[in-house]
This record gives sequence, C-alpha cells and structure tokens, in this order.
Amino acid sequence: MRKLFFGVLCTALFGCTDQAPNKVNDKSQGLVYCAEANPVSFNPQVTTTGSTIDIIANQLYDTLISIDPESGEFLPELATSWQVSEDGKSFTFTLRDDVQFHDTLYFTPTRKMNAEDVVFSFNRLFDVYNPYHFVGDANYPYFQSIGLDQLIRQVKKVDEHTVRFDLFNAESSFLSNIATDFAVILSKEYADQLIELELKQDFDQKPVGTGPYKYREFLRDNLIRYYRHEHYWKHPVYMEQLVYDITTNGTSRIAKMLTKECDITAHPSATQLTVLEQRKDIEVEKAANLNIGYWAFNTEKPPFDNPLVRKALAHSIDFEKIMQAVFYNNGILARSMLPPSSWAFEAQQKMPTYDPEKAKEYLKQAGLEGGFSMTLWAMPVSRIYNPNARKMAELIQRDLRDIGVNARIVEYEWNTFIERVGRHEHDSVLLGWAADTPDPDNFFSPLLSCTATFSGKNPSNWCNPEFDLLLTQALDTNDMEERKFYYQQAQKMVIEQLPLVPIAHGLRFQATSSDIKGVSLRPFGGISLAEARRD
Amino acid sequence: MFAKYAYRRLSLLCFMLFTLTIFTFALNYLFPGELITNFSGEVNSSYAQTQVLVEKYRIEENIFVQYGAFMARMFEGDWGLSLSSGQPVLSHVKHLFPATLELCLYALTVAVIIGVPSGVIASAYHKKWPDKLINSLSLMGFSIPVFWLALLLIMAFCLGLGLFPMSGRIGLLYEIQPVTHFILIDIYLEGFPYGGAAFWDALHHLALPTVVLAMYPTTVLIRFTRDSMLEVLDQNYIKTARAKGLNRSQLIIHHALRNALLPVIKQIGLQFSTLITLAMITEVIFSWPGIGRWLIESIYQRDFPAIQGGLLAVSFFVIIANMLSDFIHSILDPLARNQAHGKV
Repeated sequence: MRKLFFGVLCTALFGCTDQAPNKVNDKSQGLVYCAEANPVSFNPQVTTTGSTIDIIANQLYDTLISIDPESGEFLPELATSWQVSEDGKSFTFTLRDDVQFHDTLYFTPTRKMNAEDVVFSFNRLFDVYNPYHFVGDANYPYFQSIGLDQLIRQVKKVDEHTVRFDLFNAESSFLSNIATDFAVILSKEYADQLIELELKQDFDQKPVGTGPYKYREFLRDNLIRYYRHEHYWKHPVYMEQLVYDITTNGTSRIAKMLTKECDITAHPSATQLTVLEQRKDIEVEKAANLNIGYWAFNTEKPPFDNPLVRKALAHSIDFEKIMQAVFYNNGILARSMLPPSSWAFEAQQKMPTYDPEKAKEYLKQAGLEGGFSMTLWAMPVSRIYNPNARKMAELIQRDLRDIGVNARIVEYEWNTFIERVGRHEHDSVLLGWAADTPDPDNFFSPLLSCTATFSGKNPSNWCNPEFDLLLTQALDTNDMEERKFYYQQAQKMVIEQLPLVPIAHGLRFQATSSDIKGVSLRPFGGISLAEARRD
Repeated sequence: MFAKYAYRRLSLLCFMLFTLTIFTFALNYLFPGELITNFSGEVNSSYAQTQVLVEKYRIEENIFVQYGAFMARMFEGDWGLSLSSGQPVLSHVKHLFPATLELCLYALTVAVIIGVPSGVIASAYHKKWPDKLINSLSLMGFSIPVFWLALLLIMAFCLGLGLFPMSGRIGLLYEIQPVTHFILIDIYLEGFPYGGAAFWDALHHLALPTVVLAMYPTTVLIRFTRDSMLEVLDQNYIKTARAKGLNRSQLIIHHALRNALLPVIKQIGLQFSTLITLAMITEVIFSWPGIGRWLIESIYQRDFPAIQGGLLAVSFFVIIANMLSDFIHSILDPLARNQAHGKV
C-alpha cells in the first residue's frame, strides 16, 4: 500500500510524459449537458418521455425526413426525396447512399445504411413476425397511441435505396409522424448480430444509430457518455465528446452552470432565471413551445367518471395563482387544449375559471356535497409544461380543501411514476405533453384517443368514440379548412367533457455557456447538439 | 489469553451478523408489496416466471426454510434485482461501496493527521492561548451540522470563488476505466491519462467532500487526544520523568503520547460508524456516486431489494470495522484483553 502511494505521489509530482497519452488533455473538445433524469431507454421508438428524447433521439439517430421549425416544411434527412401516390396511400422514399452506422465497442458495421435498415426499423413497430417486435414487451407508445400499427399495410424495399410505405388509408399526418424524433432508423446488421449472440435484449440498451454521436457508456444516476461519430454523413461534428450529467435536482443544475461543470442545461427553473441572466458568461434562451400542462382525471374510476365532478374540481382551482407561483408568469394560461401558436387553435368560451361557489354547486348536483378524498399525483421532474408539479399540487390541494375535497399528493421517481400512471393507478395526475410535430393531431391522438388508452399513454383513461371519430375525420382529409373544423370540434369536446383540465403552456428555456454555439431551441421535439461547438 | 479473547469477539461477531441477517430477512415481510417482488426485484413476471421464483425462494414452505434459502442466496451473491434499474443489487453495491470507502478513508486520514497533533498541542499548552484557540475551534466544528457546513463551503468556494467543483468524483469529460472503483487507484492503474490532468481533477473533486466529512471526526479526535493526554500528564510516572530533568518535548513524545494514544486508537475505529452516516449526507450534497446516496435514492423510490441490500452491506461493514478496531486496540493494549465480556 505504501509503495503504491509513493508511486502515485512520485508520478503525480514528476509528470508522466513517458506514459503514452492515448487521451487528449483538452477539455474544450467536450461538452457537458446537465440532464434532469435517467433515460428510460436508448431507443426513441419505445418511449415518449421528453427528458429521454432530449438525450437520445437527435444525438444518436437520424430520421428519414424532418420538419423545418420555421416554415413547417419537410426537409430531407436520410431520405433525399419522396413521392406520394395519387390516392395518398403510398409513399416512396429515396435514401442516401453514404450513411454510415456507428462503429462502437460492441458492433462494427460492414455496410452502409440501405433500404433493409429502414424496412427493419419500421417493421419492428407493427410486424409481429419481426424478431424484435416483442423485445421490451412490444411497447411502442407513440406509434401505438397514434395508431400507426393500424395504418401501415407494409413497408417494402423497392431497391437498394428505395423504400415504399403502403397505407391502408390516406392519412394527412403520416409524413409529420415519420418526421418525429421517434421514427428513427436502426441498423438491421446490428440486430442480426445480436440475434446470433442471443443478446436481443441489449438492442435498446446499447444503441447503434447514424446520428452525430455514438454511445460509449451509461452509469445510472451519474452520467451518459457519447463520442463523436467520425463518419457522420451530414457534417463534421465539432465536439469530441458529449457527456450528460444526470442531475435530478434543479437547483444543482443551476449551481453547476455557475461553477462551469455544465455547459448547457435544459429547463432551468423560472425562479433562478434571474440569477443566470445576470451572468455575462451564461446565455438564457427563451422560446415559445408547443406544449400543454394539464391536470388529468382517471375517468374510469368513480367519482371521476362523472363529468360534473370533473367540472367541480376544475372550477375549484385558482389558475392565476398557479401562473404566478409555478410559472412566474413565464407561461401562457391555457384557453384550450392547443397552444395559441397552433394553426387549429380556437379559444374556448367554456374554459373553467376559478369559482368555488360554482364548484360546490356542481358537487351538489353530483351528490357529493360532503366532499371526498382523492390522490393527486405530481410528476417529480421539471418539464416546460410544468416547472414545479409539487408546488402546483400543493396549490391545488389547498384550493380543493375549500370545496371539501381532501387531496393527498403522491410522488415517485420519474420512470416509476410514468409506469404507474400508465397502469392507471392514480385518481388524478399533473402531467403534460410537448409536441413532436406542429400537426395538431399530435396533441390529441397520442393523449386522448382510445388507442392511447390501451397503450397506457392516456393519463385520463378516457375513451370516447365520438371524439375518436372527430380525430379520424380530421386525418382523413387534406383540406386544411376541413381539418381545422374537426380540430375545433375536438377542442370544444375536451373542454365540455374535461377528461383533463388544460392549465398552461410553458415557455421553453435553456441556459448555455456563452462560449457554446450552434445549439438552438426548436418549438417542438427534442434538443439537437449535432452542431454544438466551442468558440 | 489472546486466543480466548479472540474467540469471545468472534462469537459475538457471528451473533451480531446473525441478528443482522434476521433483520434483513424480516424486512421483506415488513415492506409493503408482494413478498416475491421484495425478495427478487422482479416486477410483472409471468406465471411461469413466478412459479420458478416461488420454487427458488421457497415461499410456500415454513419460515425457517425460507430463511435458509435466503442465507444461501446471500452467500451465492444473488441479492435480487433493483426495482428501479433492473440490475443486480450486488453489482450496484460492489461499484458504489468503494466510492464511499474511499471518501471515508481520506476523511479519516485527514482527521488523524490534524486531530491528534492538535490535541497534543492543546494539552501541552493547557489553559494557555493555543489550548483555548484549538478548543473553541473544535467546539465550533463539533457543533456545526455537516449539511450546513457543506452548503457554506459550496457557497463560498464553488459558487462564490469558483475554486472547487461541487459535484462528482472527477470531471465528467475524463473517462477512467473502473477496475478497483477507487478513483485515484484507477487513475494510477491506467497510467495517469490525459497528461496527469485527470489525477489533479480527481483530487480537486475530493477536496471539499473530504474536508466536510473530516470535520466531525477531527473535532472528536482533538477532544479525545487532549483529555487523554491531560490525564496521562497528571500521572506519577510523568512527574518522575520531569523530576529526572527531561525536557518538554521528550516528555510528551516519548512518555505521555504512547499511553495517551491508546484510547484514541479505539476512538478512530468507533468513528467509522458515525462516518458512514455522515458520508451519506455528504454524498447527497456533493452528488458523490457512493452507496449512501444510492441508498437514500432507493428509499425515496421504495426500491425494496436495493434498500435491503444496501442496509445489509453498510451494517455489515460497520460491524466488521468496529470489530477490527477492537482487535487492533487489544493487540496494542494488553489491559483491554482482560475484559470479562466482549462488547460492540
């Protein structure tokens, strides 16, 4: 031991130039991002959790096409061009021929990306004969909640670099769904290799993609390490290394920004924004974002199956107070399910307002004037649509007491929380949704449709055939005016039935060290660090 | 003589460990939730899987058989799966414990290096200004809660002056292969990568947590050394030595210190249990990826297999550490061996 100690000391004191420095002594070649939670998985197909998507989707993977955040037009990514057939039921994508998969410790690609990879990636989602379909319980929440498994008839390889999607019926949101962060392209070669090694369950934990960074290691509750993908097809990647520092505590994330342990952090809490804004070496970006924070009721559980009870609860809460105390006025009070920046938005006349008397009246009508007890689940992480669910829950708890309802606040670790809400163990839950595409359907189908109920993504457990019909009708047409009409009907219905109470749309914040460039906020989807660099 | 003493100690140790395993085993029944989930950490298992588990854990047999199966699994290293990560609990413990141990060892080393000499100085200058200064400082250090001290230091040195990082064991951009999971040793084994910068960075990260964690044991050691020195200095053989004309430093170093250190050595061992508790708080504040932080997280997440495994590992370690220090003490101090009954 003593020998070892002196060995350590001597080498430390007199340098170690004789040791081959296989690692560069240049911290400026790396980027540290302070993330708020452990990733649920390393495959965006199997999750919709925003904190996970931020970490994995745009860093490790690419999609066929993407959406321009400004103009809303589709941009080529892995697909260079695409054609739609006359009847709108068939989409043909032409693929790039120069896309390399990641070369990692556990997989070395021998070929470039081709049509087989695309076919494999999409088949996994809905083809029960795909060897990977049932890996991880065949749970593809986003695709199941929008019913993609019932939409795609088949995905066909036309030739080496052409893929055709045949649909059962024409659906106007198909391209925007293909452009979300979830519709990533995986490597079939890697999948085959894992089948041979009988390690199929590794597929979603040790990722191989085409994105700007490749996976190196993940230490739970501690960090995730990526290295640069040297053969990234789009552009050279500046950063040698990308590390996610998993810091669940919001105050710690801010403190780490101040001590320079983090270069970027998402969702700094609004209270601490002033601290960050005063610093010259930190830039705070603020952007409108397509999202909604809501309070959802488990509509299958009495007494919440009664719309009158839901109305009573909705009328009992003081929205203004929530906007001040939770959002610090950095949010927009919801006037519908959709945010005002969405093209289908219509302000709702019947939006519930703070009115305890009316709330008591509704309770009386429902025969519950004596009040009751309920659980109020508050999400444990800070997201744009709800920066502090705990505080919001406490405010609501206080307001509910006035109408004789006794609420108990329930909290779990994020992944457990999502899982349990998915199993509908809650009475009511404070949650939210950040859009992945600008298409209004993205707010309805993944959250409130019947298919979403079955996949556990519908926190209201609400399945209303009339509502689903409206959504289907809106998707069946390409006429903008007609779609707008249906979505306005849908918004109206949400407010009348109140399976959930829309509370607010948060603004998205991001704090960045001022020497980091090339990271910008988008109004939807996860963050992309592909072009990050240090000046 | 010594063999008898050792035998007494060892049987006491066995009894302690036995009680500990009984307690851990009982936890499975005391936790809410399915017994089989508490044992195995498998959630939503299929019917067939459940049958295998029932067979393996002997759920349907009487409690003694269950306990036997439980002990067998513990020895085999099958501690169940963590509910939150799905990984084996034992692998978590193996990876996290060294981090805690490392922190505790450095803190204890600092405590001994600072505490013992300060105590000696204080007693040498009894009731003069160095004594008063050291005494009041140690009283302050003793009274300040560790989490408060940690926050003050973070405010001053991390956020205010920007001298030290406030979290983790090493800058995240340094990638060190974990072999022993002791960060400094791992860096040494890898041959000081990144041109030695990683090593300095690790020391840099160690500084504040070590200071925070060392505060309490240091003050305890100061007070103990001082009291024990004063007691020894009062004894007749010291007076005789002084009468023979020995000077002060000879007196203190050669005659008084050796005897005075005996109870202090015992204290060092006893400090370990307090240290582990304090380490948990320190780890949470400094995001130190050790077992304490993991255990506290597990408690928050109601991760029963992890709580169970963590508690078992930590208490096991504390008992062993106490026992070892007791042995060392008895080797150095023959009087201690004559105690009729072992105690923990």
